[in-house]
Amino acid sequence: MRELDRIRWRCRRGLLELDLLLSGFLERRFDRLDAAERQAFTELLDQPDNDLLDLVLGRCEPAPRYRAVVEMLRAG
Amino acid sequence: MALPVRTFDAVIVGGGGSGMRAALELARADLKVAVLSKVFPTRSHTVAAQGGVAASLGNIDEDNWHWHMYDTIKGSDYLGDQDAIEFMCRKANEVVYELEHFGMPFDRLAGGKIYQRPFGGHMREYGKSPVPRACAAADRTGHALLHTLYQANLKARTQFFVEWMALDLIRAQDGTVLGVTALEMETGEVMVLQAKATVFATGGAGRIFAASTNAFINTGDGLGMAARAGIPLQDLEFWQFHPTGVAGAGVLITEGVRGEGGYLLNKNGERFMERYAPNAKDLASRDVVSRAMATEIKEGRGAGKDGDCILLKLDHLGEEVISKRLPGIREIAKTFANVDPVKDPIPVVPTCHYQMGGIPTNYRGQVVVPANGNPETVVPGFYAAGECACVSVHGANRLGCNSLLDLLVFGKSAGETVIRDLRSEGKSHRSLPGDASDLALSRLARLDGQKSGERVADVGADMRRVMQLHCGVFRFPDLLTEGVRKIKEVAERAGRTEITDKSRTFNTARVEALELDNLVETAVASLVSADARKESRGSHDRADFHQRDDVNWMKHTLWYKQGSRLEYKPVHRKPLTVEPFEPKARVY
Repeated sequence: MRELDRIRWRCRRGLLELDLLLSGFLERRFDRLDAAERQAFTELLDQPDNDLLDLVLGRCEPAPRYRAVVEMLRAG
Repeated sequence: MALPVRTFDAVIVGGGGSGMRAALELARADLKVAVLSKVFPTRSHTVAAQGGVAASLGNIDEDNWHWHMYDTIKGSDYLGDQDAIEFMCRKANEVVYELEHFGMPFDRLAGGKIYQRPFGGHMREYGKSPVPRACAAADRTGHALLHTLYQANLKARTQFFVEWMALDLIRAQDGTVLGVTALEMETGEVMVLQAKATVFATGGAGRIFAASTNAFINTGDGLGMAARAGIPLQDLEFWQFHPTGVAGAGVLITEGVRGEGGYLLNKNGERFMERYAPNAKDLASRDVVSRAMATEIKEGRGAGKDGDCILLKLDHLGEEVISKRLPGIREIAKTFANVDPVKDPIPVVPTCHYQMGGIPTNYRGQVVVPANGNPETVVPGFYAAGECACVSVHGANRLGCNSLLDLLVFGKSAGETVIRDLRSEGKSHRSLPGDASDLALSRLARLDGQKSGERVADVGADMRRVMQLHCGVFRFPDLLTEGVRKIKEVAERAGRTEITDKSRTFNTARVEALELDNLVETAVASLVSADARKESRGSHDRADFHQRDDVNWMKHTLWYKQGSRLEYKPVHRKPLTVEPFEPKARVY
């Protein structure tokens, strides 16, 4: 599935922390996301690295539409 | 097979700090510029730089470029080229003010001037006492720098090719560089990007080590391409290690943890730094702490079930101090080490952080190689800047905050030189040789046609293991010699990698195989160069030659892929305008 390949590449980031968190999430959880969650995850990948890391590490709170996916990312 | 060709004045490979700074210089001179980047430019690894840009603005305390120059030369353990270091330190204020004008949100003093903070190794009056020299944007200096340069480039009409990977250099018969072949990931198409000037700004290859703070994209693509095209790689035995990366993950635990009173323990619960550095203890310089940790592990006192890590204890600081003074550390430790540092120590290991060596250049950003008796003959049409280049301002050891300065000064300098060279050499493109794309296409064909080959992940893992064990913080003669043999075996296996997914569009398996080709060139260069250098200097520390040897080894290493051959060239000990700084023992 090419869409998954594109998403996998966009999980390549400037920060190692995100490389580890996002690639792990992709392997373990991505298959089980529904369409809305996949869409939310894809949109999150457009965030700047530092903002995304702050979200995943719980240093700030996500907009409501991203809450479910961010919770999953935090759970690892 | 004839590939589609696109033509530019300049092609820049890499969209991080140095690439975008070079691009900006060129685009503002109305040249037609293409920037290729594997990832969206603002997601380049420059984003990980937190500390700041070193510049002797003197906004808080008296400071000047002579003192900065001295610190950088001393920090380099006298392997840095003094002309390039003078050039960088003198240009620092200019590039910082320019960045300010481009819109960089530097932290400021009440009066509006740029705020500066002290940083390790930056001193006043030739090493007397610390001076605030780092210009920062909170703890997001790299992030702010990338966004500022990206916006400025859009305004100047730089053309970005995002999610493109350069494959190989194109050189004419006489060696002139005429552009690159490149892969567009989206379509899987290979194209020739022809240019009057090709600038490499591809960053470092820190992913050659098992323990690395570097992002996955740091695969030394420029180094691999240069090596395959017959360009030597310089000083790759010199890698900076950070003492406290999370074991197994690499994620950095800031030095601030030890600054606040955290300390390191071996498996016996001993605070071993007291033996290695009785005064500074856990706050000794990075190389001293890293070497002490490596020695503890090597002598069987490592912690963890495999005895291969050290424990960073901070629970005695209490939850309040940890949360208040070390924000984020608890989340990082919980997430990446599975420990809550309020209760348990964090397992850490010395972790590869920065590549001091790279593609040999002069301070104008031109790539230089030995030819006709001149060790630094310019390769026409070829330029490099940033971590992929070895100019060499960091020598055997880099000072904090000098990496962002390096990419600004030499990104700009490369841009200025390209403009000058294009003006003097006329406007037309040279025709491409018939075999322009052969190297790239043959690598792709080999990969697609490989039967019963090796898995990319397996070869990569073995490369990282060999580098970690044989070419780490502390180097032992037997391990180095055995490491050379092993890494050459790994390199051979990298020539037989096989991918099962042969599709064209967004084939990440293919990209990773191509990246491995680049990583192994850097890995072989590093091990062969380290094995040959029979002294200790900066980050290169040998158990059998424990002293710096200026008589025999104050020289730069050049490694050639062809025959894995080494040559050496002199260090530039003469600055541009001031008296040379003579080598002294490096004590802090």
